[in-house]
Amino acid sequence: MNLCTDQLAMMVAGEGQLLSVSNMASDPRSSAMVSRAAAYLTNHGLAEEIYLMQPDLVLAGNFSAQATVDMLRRLGIPVAVFNQAYTLEDVRDRLTQMGDVLKQQDQAAMLVAQYDAQLATYREDVTLRPRAALYYANGYTAGDKTLAGQILTTAGLFNIATEAGFNADGIIPMEILVMAQPDTVITSRPYPGASRSEEVNAHPAIEALRRTRPDAALTSSDWVCGTPFVLQAISDMVDLRRALQANTP
Amino acid sequence: MSLLSLQDFGVTRRKRDILRGITLAVGQGELVGIIGPNGAGKTTLMRAALGLIDATGHSSLATLSAHERGRAVAWLPQSREIAWPVDVQSLVMLGRIPHLDSGQIPSDRDRAAVDRALQRMDLSAFRDRTVTRLSGGEQARVLIARALAQETPLLMADEPIAGLDPAHQIATMRSFTELASDGHSVVVSLHDLGLAARHCTRLIVIDKGGVVADGAPKEVLTPDLVRDTFAISAFLQDTPDGIVFQPLEVKR
Amino acid sequence: MTRLGLFLSAFVAVLFMTALVIGPANIGVAQSLKALVAGGEGPMTLVMREIRLPRALLAMMIGAALGLAGAAMQGYLRNPLADPGLIGVSGSAALGAVLAIQTGLAAAFAFGLPLAALAGAVIGVFLVMALAGPRGSSLTLILAGIAISALAAAFTSLVLNLSPNPFAANEIVFWMMGSLADRSMTHVWIALPLIVLGSIMLLSLSRGLDALTLGEDAAAAMGIGLGRMRLTLIFGTAAVIGASTAVAGAIGFVGLVVPHLLRPLVGARPGRLLWASAFGGAAMVLAADIAVRVILPTRDLKLGVVTALVGAPLFLHLIYRTRRDAV
Repeated sequence: MNLCTDQLAMMVAGEGQLLSVSNMASDPRSSAMVSRAAAYLTNHGLAEEIYLMQPDLVLAGNFSAQATVDMLRRLGIPVAVFNQAYTLEDVRDRLTQMGDVLKQQDQAAMLVAQYDAQLATYREDVTLRPRAALYYANGYTAGDKTLAGQILTTAGLFNIATEAGFNADGIIPMEILVMAQPDTVITSRPYPGASRSEEVNAHPAIEALRRTRPDAALTSSDWVCGTPFVLQAISDMVDLRRALQANTP
Repeated sequence: MSLLSLQDFGVTRRKRDILRGITLAVGQGELVGIIGPNGAGKTTLMRAALGLIDATGHSSLATLSAHERGRAVAWLPQSREIAWPVDVQSLVMLGRIPHLDSGQIPSDRDRAAVDRALQRMDLSAFRDRTVTRLSGGEQARVLIARALAQETPLLMADEPIAGLDPAHQIATMRSFTELASDGHSVVVSLHDLGLAARHCTRLIVIDKGGVVADGAPKEVLTPDLVRDTFAISAFLQDTPDGIVFQPLEVKR
Repeated sequence: MTRLGLFLSAFVAVLFMTALVIGPANIGVAQSLKALVAGGEGPMTLVMREIRLPRALLAMMIGAALGLAGAAMQGYLRNPLADPGLIGVSGSAALGAVLAIQTGLAAAFAFGLPLAALAGAVIGVFLVMALAGPRGSSLTLILAGIAISALAAAFTSLVLNLSPNPFAANEIVFWMMGSLADRSMTHVWIALPLIVLGSIMLLSLSRGLDALTLGEDAAAAMGIGLGRMRLTLIFGTAAVIGASTAVAGAIGFVGLVVPHLLRPLVGARPGRLLWASAFGGAAMVLAADIAVRVILPTRDLKLGVVTALVGAPLFLHLIYRTRRDAV
């Protein structure tokens, strides 16, 4: 009943073990496993519908609605709660935890080993780090204590948010962003239907930054959850870094 | 020259005739008192003559453009409305609005008119006071001064002296008389028949939707008329000090 | 009169300069002004010209619009409680703006957004004036305002909740409280024509509002066309409030506080109060916007929060005084 546990479970679970995933898992904007999710029943994270499925175990995230989790527990259904991943390290832990919960330790161990091996290939020494900024709707940015921040840093980019004093998520004033003169601004993919929150990405000041810097980098569903898909995000960012470095002599 | 003429004039509201078949003319130098019992239509007659409400027949004022009318007649409504705490001379200066072109600021001529109006109403000492802090009677005089400042050939006032003390009632009627002798004309509705008889040059009696009498006070206020229209008996005598009219008893 | 004018314009000028030199990015006063005027390459010019200048300009324009609209409505209704925010005009404008954004009208052509907000505001003003009557008594005016505000807010929330965009629902608070964060010169250009047009219309009411001090009958007899005044007021108010709300959301209480504070300084004359309130409103919104940036620079504190903190106690005081006077 949580986007991230859904994806972890789909990776780790054995044949017939997983019954239902949340509707979020079928949303191409958030989920990296849309086609896999189609094989399962869809739930909307509501206690009533989940109870009627009579599962042996419910997987929830620590940001899942507390009332729903409590209700399911009162109804006698065990709920395993997974904490949100804030670091690349956390991804390994969550995989292992999922393996334990689903009694699929071998599958989990294999995924962790793959993940570690792949991650190691990105950990090359980068001497010249291009300056990058994450800039989401409403002016949110992410510092080093977040998954997105770690993806940037691992890919050899310098995260401007850390320079501006952000550890976690926070709103970076547009002025600070402009003054920091990033080489690239990484924004989120706009949702359908307009919103004023996303208008910041079309602000002339941000557009001016883009004119002089090669970018149009966008975050995708690979960034959302602490799953091995973050490797794909890192890979994209490494490509971006190389493109930036090729442009600057 | 006629300053106001009504011909076959009438007002219909909700399919009921409130006034009908009224024909009269007010010339220069007249102080006309409009009298009649409550609900006779005195206010309606004046407002309709001004063109403020729809009417049938002809009114010389209603056919004027809004701008021309503001220079032809000053209107003093019965409700003594003063919305904001402005000072006395600013309020009186509002009477000069019809004389100013759009965007024009008041000139010395306008200030002189305000001074004359304040003097006439015995308000020169009040000119910088805030109107809303004055007594009701004082406010009434300020509003009369505002209408005077408009300096139009004709002044129409709806019960201007109600609520004033006797001295100011008489003084106000006197200043209307002065205006009339200067060649202006004044049309006032009144309930005080004594003051009406004494100061007006002409009385028009309105009752049951029409004019019942029109003429000099002595000719109008006959015992028959005061009994039929006002349901009272009264004492009327022409004395060396002017006409004395005193209502006595209710006659039903 | 001229002394007050000089003082107010100097005050607005000082606040405008302050708004330009204060910001989260630490730039020296001289440096920032040089970057603004001289231009040149570099981030400082970008910050000054694309971020701070539009923000300060919008604060000034919108403040003037709100102050002016408040003074005009109060003068016409002869009621010191009339404020476009309180009586639901801003709320209706916000509904128009939200509909324009969500239907794509705002993206389809440049003035789609402010014109839709104007249409919403026209409906709002019209309803309030129809419900409150020609001389709005305080009670009917406020009740009509509450009803219209609530209805507009409900529809605004509904439209935003139905939007497929997950951010839209979070923006309800922006439309209700207003903010100038991260606005650009584009917003200045779409709001400016309507604000200028509406302001000219409202300022033209000056003499008529003065005359209305004596009541409608006396004003009409002095040659004031009340019907035309009413139309001018409705469309002038709707234009300035519509354009302001379209780019900055509904900012309340400015149209209440500013005329109230300035009324004694202009001898309570509603005509003179108009231009004074325009300056006063500009000063108030500039000051409020400086305050939100100084107090909580990274939290996007809403402008309406600050104006309400100042305005709501005054509103209570006015209600109390209205009741006392009525007794």
